[in-house]
Amino acid sequence: MERKVGIIGAASSKFGVRNDVNFSELAFESFKPAIEEAGIDTKDIEYFVVSNTGAWSSEQLPAIIVGESLNLVGKGSLRVEAACASGSAGIKTGYDMIKSGSADVVLVLGIEKMNESQTPTVVELIGRAGNYFWEFEHFGLTFPGYYALYATAYLNKYNSKEEDLCHVSVKNHYYGARNPKAHFQREVTIEECMNSKYVAWPLKLLDSSPITDGSASVILASEDFIKRNGIKEPIWIKSIGYSTDTSNLSKRSDFLSLRSSVEAAEIAYKKSGISKDELLRKIDVAEVHDCFTIAEILAYEDLGFFKRGEGIKALKEGQTYTGGKIPVNLSGGLKAKGHPIGATGVSMIVELSKQLKRNVEKGRQADIKNGLALAHNVGGTGHYAYVTILSFS
Amino acid sequence: MSSQNEVLEKKKKQYPIIIDQKRNVALWESTRELKLKYLVSVEKIKKFFEGLLENKLLATKCEKCNEIYFPPQSFCSNCRSTELKWIELSKEGELLTFTKIFVKPSSFSHYEDYTIGIVRLREGVNVLAWISEKNLSKLKIGMKTRIETRIREPEGYPIYEIIPEELVS
Repeated sequence: MERKVGIIGAASSKFGVRNDVNFSELAFESFKPAIEEAGIDTKDIEYFVVSNTGAWSSEQLPAIIVGESLNLVGKGSLRVEAACASGSAGIKTGYDMIKSGSADVVLVLGIEKMNESQTPTVVELIGRAGNYFWEFEHFGLTFPGYYALYATAYLNKYNSKEEDLCHVSVKNHYYGARNPKAHFQREVTIEECMNSKYVAWPLKLLDSSPITDGSASVILASEDFIKRNGIKEPIWIKSIGYSTDTSNLSKRSDFLSLRSSVEAAEIAYKKSGISKDELLRKIDVAEVHDCFTIAEILAYEDLGFFKRGEGIKALKEGQTYTGGKIPVNLSGGLKAKGHPIGATGVSMIVELSKQLKRNVEKGRQADIKNGLALAHNVGGTGHYAYVTILSFS
Repeated sequence: MSSQNEVLEKKKKQYPIIIDQKRNVALWESTRELKLKYLVSVEKIKKFFEGLLENKLLATKCEKCNEIYFPPQSFCSNCRSTELKWIELSKEGELLTFTKIFVKPSSFSHYEDYTIGIVRLREGVNVLAWISEKNLSKLKIGMKTRIETRIREPEGYPIYEIIPEELVS
């Protein structure tokens, strides 16, 4: 029998440079509101999944720190790593445990404390998130550098300009300014974006997501548990699609699309019974992986929201703002909300749960018509991809 | 009283606690620094590095299914054969995409800002490497390129680099 998996509690910490809290305090900050929303007790949680990439932070066994801090000692646990998609990989892990019948209640907690290391060290560590020996050791690629290789190819192919990419930054900062949990709560202009310094040509500082600390907690439960406990209004996970791509970027066939995103979306759509031509009518709101501005444009096209080469045009027409065909990243996205690697995918689910319940701040609430939302989370440079579809009725 | 406070303030300074001035919060600066330097096995692909010394770009080719591997590998991911032979690549290709790294990793901070490209060789194999030309306005997608061995200074080891065709001497 098909077991449905529901979200009964979801919350996020404040994102930013969180030198005011330690690892445990940061985990606690999202866990407390999530479990209080669920209305359950820690004894109900059978397993906790911790999404964390680490290396920049001091704790080497993050899941164990979380367990002791949140009074979960004795439960099953593991740390999940899928680079920037660790959060979605954690959700998938918890989802599968419940769906298979091995657990009824699972906590998925994504957390990253990146600012425990200095910026050049973090740049170094993220740059190694590809193929270490052949692309980092000799050539010193950086994370913006990897995406810049895609940006150069994309801008050349579709005859677009650097300025076009800045429109992503302007949109996401516009919504970040309306999200009190966002790392950057201020709007930016095209001019500011164009005047910001290059990090990896053609990408500039304002094309890039920041180095962020944050945590996000999602409590998943089986339909049985939800009914038995009279929990009202759960968000259901309809499907999760997934894929991977090569470690060496040189082994990719082109630099105009992330193959893993296309495949993850296809799986998610198929499992949800959504056809590609009805996407824009069915999905009310989406969070996509905009670690760099180019990544949001690639996502529009890889997910099938808009045709190849038309992502920038759709953005400039306002199709991905509220009131447009498909509002995207009303949280501010990775660009403005921030990108605490392991927490990002979990925080997308938190944001969409609130969006579906019409429970976000004024000025960034999507119009919820069908009760369907989509989260797209990429790890590395398309090395991993997850697409999750949520429903609420 | 004030001298007592002074003594306390002085004693507090014994801790490796620094203040994040921007946020006015206290941080313990760890006293245990970790240095990492990896030892990566190249035993089964050492011929590749010998090839570079003769300005040759070598790849491996599966004798069973003909799959070509660059970067070279000693086994075939495709058919799982371990019988692979070394082949020399043409080195001629065209530029698929490129970037210039301005914000560098700390272990690359001693270099000038560098350009990186991916080229597709005649054999259909892609190679990622530094481009000898650092001036972005001289680089164009689709331009003809060659691969040449260059000495990476200051480390002093030979490594392959992308040279735009018009700059080949």
